[in-house]
Amino acid sequence: MGLIDLLFGLKSFTHGIHPPYHKDTAGKPIRRLPFPSQLVLPLNQHIGKPAIPLVRKGREVVRGEPIAKADGHFSVPLHAPATGRVRTIELMPTPRGPKSDAIILDVYEGSTQEVLWKQPREMSDLSAEEIIRAIQETGMVGLGGAAFPSHIKLIIPEGKQVDTLIINGCECEPYLTCDHRIMLEHPKALIQGIHYAMRASGASQAVIGIEDNKMDAVEVLRGNLSKGSPVRVEAVETKYPQGSEKMLIKSLLNREVPAGGLPADVGVVVNNVGTLAGLGHLLPEGRGLIERVITVAGPGIVKPGNYLVPLGTPVRHILQQAGYEGARTEFILGGPMMGPAVSAMDTPLTKGTSGLLVLNEPSIEEESNKIWPCIRCARCVSACPMYLNPSMLGQMAAKRKYEEMAQDYHLNDCFECGCCSYVCPSNIPLVQYFRIAKAINREQAT
Amino acid sequence: MDIEIAQNVTIAILFMGVLGLLLSAMLVFADKKLWVFEDPRIDEIEGMLPAANCGACGNAGCRPFAEALISGKVSPAQCTVSSAEAISEIADYLGVESGDVVKRVARLACAGGNHVARQRARYEGLESCRAAAVVSGGPKRCSWGCIGLADCAEVCEFDAITMDHHGLPVVDAVQCTACEDCVDICPKGLFSIQPVDRRLWVACKNLEHGDAAENDCEVACTACERCVKDAPEGLITIQDNLAVVDYSKNGLPSPVATERCPTGAIVWLDDDLGPIKGVKAKRIVRNEALPL
Repeated sequence: MGLIDLLFGLKSFTHGIHPPYHKDTAGKPIRRLPFPSQLVLPLNQHIGKPAIPLVRKGREVVRGEPIAKADGHFSVPLHAPATGRVRTIELMPTPRGPKSDAIILDVYEGSTQEVLWKQPREMSDLSAEEIIRAIQETGMVGLGGAAFPSHIKLIIPEGKQVDTLIINGCECEPYLTCDHRIMLEHPKALIQGIHYAMRASGASQAVIGIEDNKMDAVEVLRGNLSKGSPVRVEAVETKYPQGSEKMLIKSLLNREVPAGGLPADVGVVVNNVGTLAGLGHLLPEGRGLIERVITVAGPGIVKPGNYLVPLGTPVRHILQQAGYEGARTEFILGGPMMGPAVSAMDTPLTKGTSGLLVLNEPSIEEESNKIWPCIRCARCVSACPMYLNPSMLGQMAAKRKYEEMAQDYHLNDCFECGCCSYVCPSNIPLVQYFRIAKAINREQAT
Repeated sequence: MDIEIAQNVTIAILFMGVLGLLLSAMLVFADKKLWVFEDPRIDEIEGMLPAANCGACGNAGCRPFAEALISGKVSPAQCTVSSAEAISEIADYLGVESGDVVKRVARLACAGGNHVARQRARYEGLESCRAAAVVSGGPKRCSWGCIGLADCAEVCEFDAITMDHHGLPVVDAVQCTACEDCVDICPKGLFSIQPVDRRLWVACKNLEHGDAAENDCEVACTACERCVKDAPEGLITIQDNLAVVDYSKNGLPSPVATERCPTGAIVWLDDDLGPIKGVKAKRIVRNEALPL
């Protein structure tokens, strides 16, 4: 909101950065990958309690069948992405780090892409509670990367009311194009999913926010909306981190989420386009989430593109299919700004993984890895979208004043977008410091 | 004219003098009226304490500990930083027993140096275990093991922790004051404060079983249960594929339990010789770091 909006009619937020976007795979249609011989399905692919396995060693499962159930309300079930036999349940590496229990599935060689297990349901006469229960049964989580259970997000806390559903089609991370392709190729499912989410949350209008480097998606979605629809499409400025929940609410509605608050505090629920397009597909058919679209890109990939990959596919298999080159490689799950690096090739693809990037040169040159002292240029201050003071926070982190950082400098409002580290001319790993500080504060609190 | 100046100056001096007298009288009055009795021994004892304010004794600092000493709530030996002479000096001063407190030290539940623990990736970034742990759990294949970037050595205020040439922290039992700083900083939770007389020690946290554990690290506990069978009944149990010693049965431990351990994950800690592995433990002759 400001000068840019007045001049060009483009909505945006203040601060933020413009990294090189590298959206080279935007023109590549979504393609399926063949099944790997073995799938690794961690039970904690989502935020919340891990799922409870329903199968034992040796059990045969068909594609789509539930193999783990939700442990209570704050959890989601898991479905078999391929027909095969359960080899075992054991500890396997996960993208989040610590090894955790995973169901290992030997895929039958003749396994087809046909989904053999589904329970179609009539959606038109379901109440809000029934839709939310059905969403939990699909095992859907936020596919943008957070992996937060979708049904929890759509339950509005008591005493609050939601008037607007925001659909996040920004995809502000460099390289990633999977949401872009979903908007282009599955606009009908997306709009269907938006209607379900509106009914579940009680929102009366919906706004799809799309960055202005994806005007083709804006056109396609506008073309698919009927006149008088409560859903509208808005283009927003291409800027990182436009796709962050709080930034997008500010850009589209000019509402500000209070510190430590939720979007529901300002009457908004935000969902990712991939999540809602998935719900549009899965809910009427009564299926579970068994595959997702990821962007495989980066200078080290031979055949970059957008691939529909079964959950649990090991990184190694994706790389074999797409091909990669270069000796000194760095593998990143998700976008380059916030995605974690992978340290094991048998790490499986999980529900929250939106991309696999291979950067074959060291992303920063060896020499510039050195950390120089802060020169107080305040570039980080003018980049921080949350209006924090990363420079001050960084100096306090060096002195281990973690509690003071949270109390006096609003450390907990930092959502680790990495803008401060990106702009720092002294190469100070600010966001890493803040992650450590937040982790230690969390541990001290318990 | 000169007289006028002299008068003004005199008045000013008199005024300030009277004001000063009045205010000092108020201070004297306040001092007498608001005076609180404080045991002079507190200052004395505080002087004898090391002024480390580490909190290892369970008090907020050295002065609260001195107060607790005088009220008889604690015994002098509970200060883990003071030397034996200093403790007996305090005990003599107060006329109490110095108390019999077993020295406690920080112990690391990992023996996976870079010559035995396999690395799965190269970590590049902030030289800190905490930062490395955030990036998919660190570069080691064992996601429970020591990362080896020396956060503990850096945080230790008593220089009790040094890194050996395999990238593992070594605790100097003499210097260690059991202040728990290393316990708090370790992202893998490998440090714990243990009384030195607990000599049977499982130096592993790997929750995997058998070959899977040994593939991660050559000195991992494989949960083979030999130590469970060799030790007196109930002393060692296997919990989550890891041997756990029940220290409440402190009269029972002996080096017998370590003898048949195939990897040497369970050790007998000797004051002079350090950790002693069992005779059946696989000998590690390699000295250099394992390749990636």
